[in-house]
Amino acid sequence: MDYQLIVPYIPNLRRYARALVGDRDGADDLVQDTLERAVRKFHLWRPGDLRAWLFSIMHNVFINQLKARKIAPEVEIDEATIAAPIPTVNSVDVLDLQRSLLCLAPEQREVLLLVALEDLTYAEVSTALGIPIGTVMSRLSRGRERLRRLMAGEVPRSGLRVVQ
Amino acid sequence: MTEEEDRMEYADQNNALRRQFDTVLTEPIPARMFMKRPAWLDYARAAVLIGGGVAIGLALPMLKPAVPNAAALVTPLPIRAARAHMVYSPEVRHPVEVEAKEQEHLVKWLSKRLDIQLRVPLLTGEGFELLGGRLLPGVDGPVAQFMYQDPTGKRLTLYVTRPHKGDEVTAFRFAQEGKVSVFYWIDRECGYALSGELDKTQLARVASSVYRQLEP
Repeated sequence: MDYQLIVPYIPNLRRYARALVGDRDGADDLVQDTLERAVRKFHLWRPGDLRAWLFSIMHNVFINQLKARKIAPEVEIDEATIAAPIPTVNSVDVLDLQRSLLCLAPEQREVLLLVALEDLTYAEVSTALGIPIGTVMSRLSRGRERLRRLMAGEVPRSGLRVVQ
Repeated sequence: MTEEEDRMEYADQNNALRRQFDTVLTEPIPARMFMKRPAWLDYARAAVLIGGGVAIGLALPMLKPAVPNAAALVTPLPIRAARAHMVYSPEVRHPVEVEAKEQEHLVKWLSKRLDIQLRVPLLTGEGFELLGGRLLPGVDGPVAQFMYQDPTGKRLTLYVTRPHKGDEVTAFRFAQEGKVSVFYWIDRECGYALSGELDKTQLARVASSVYRQLEP
């Protein structure tokens, strides 16, 4: 398999990673690690949905990174993150959305972003994350509901607590 | 919230996410992400290529003897010995370079040139006396030739060489080149050939004596 097949998916991988991780450098590191792992695992790829395969690799890398940090992503929403300049017009909304996303449990955020941002089907998400379709649907609805509440101004419970 | 309101809300979420993150799609991709393959794979590939090249380079000279034509070009030991016999045994005035009376010097000299500790068999019991010996050019190095003579003037030569690459280790064998009969054998260190214009039975008797003395 050729690396050239993967290149067209890099923009999508970066978009998803940016939304998942929250900051540009962390997101691009996740993408880079994913690409390197994909190259190492080329021989395991069977012709099929390359996009879903790449997202599944990114999922594994992401989980490993979370384990390595041993901290819930919520703690990363510190002053530095919030103060970081983000090039968008509507920066109040943007901060709200970004902040709200990071308040979701990582597994909810993954499902929500794969469906809402990357247009993966439930079946593709199920494959990419290695979870049953029923779990995809329940995580999606919980994630959407929580995001809605957060965007509506509900103050997230603070602390290092990992959301289910 | 109704189902309808849910759908509206979710569509809003999707749109908000797109507005926020679609800009990433058009950001220039960092150069590091255009790796053709990880660096270690490049090194591994280079190592394989270099290793392969070295292996081929090393193997080629070794493969040469396996080419039938090349092997056929090397004259077999008994033929080489028989020809040397034909050249020098008729020689009346200079059959040898160093005569038997200087046997000690002769053996020392030829041993040094061949880089083997040579021994000169004694064939008096078979009716042959040592005349002496000489140094000859071989296929890929010096060769020693010892010459013997019986009272009737019949001559035998013992051809001693380091085995050439094409020479396979063999036990006691007989070969005939023209009128010259040859008994020869090759061990790991040395190849020996006893040549003479004798009939096979006669020569075999002498050759077995040589063999017994050289291969104790």
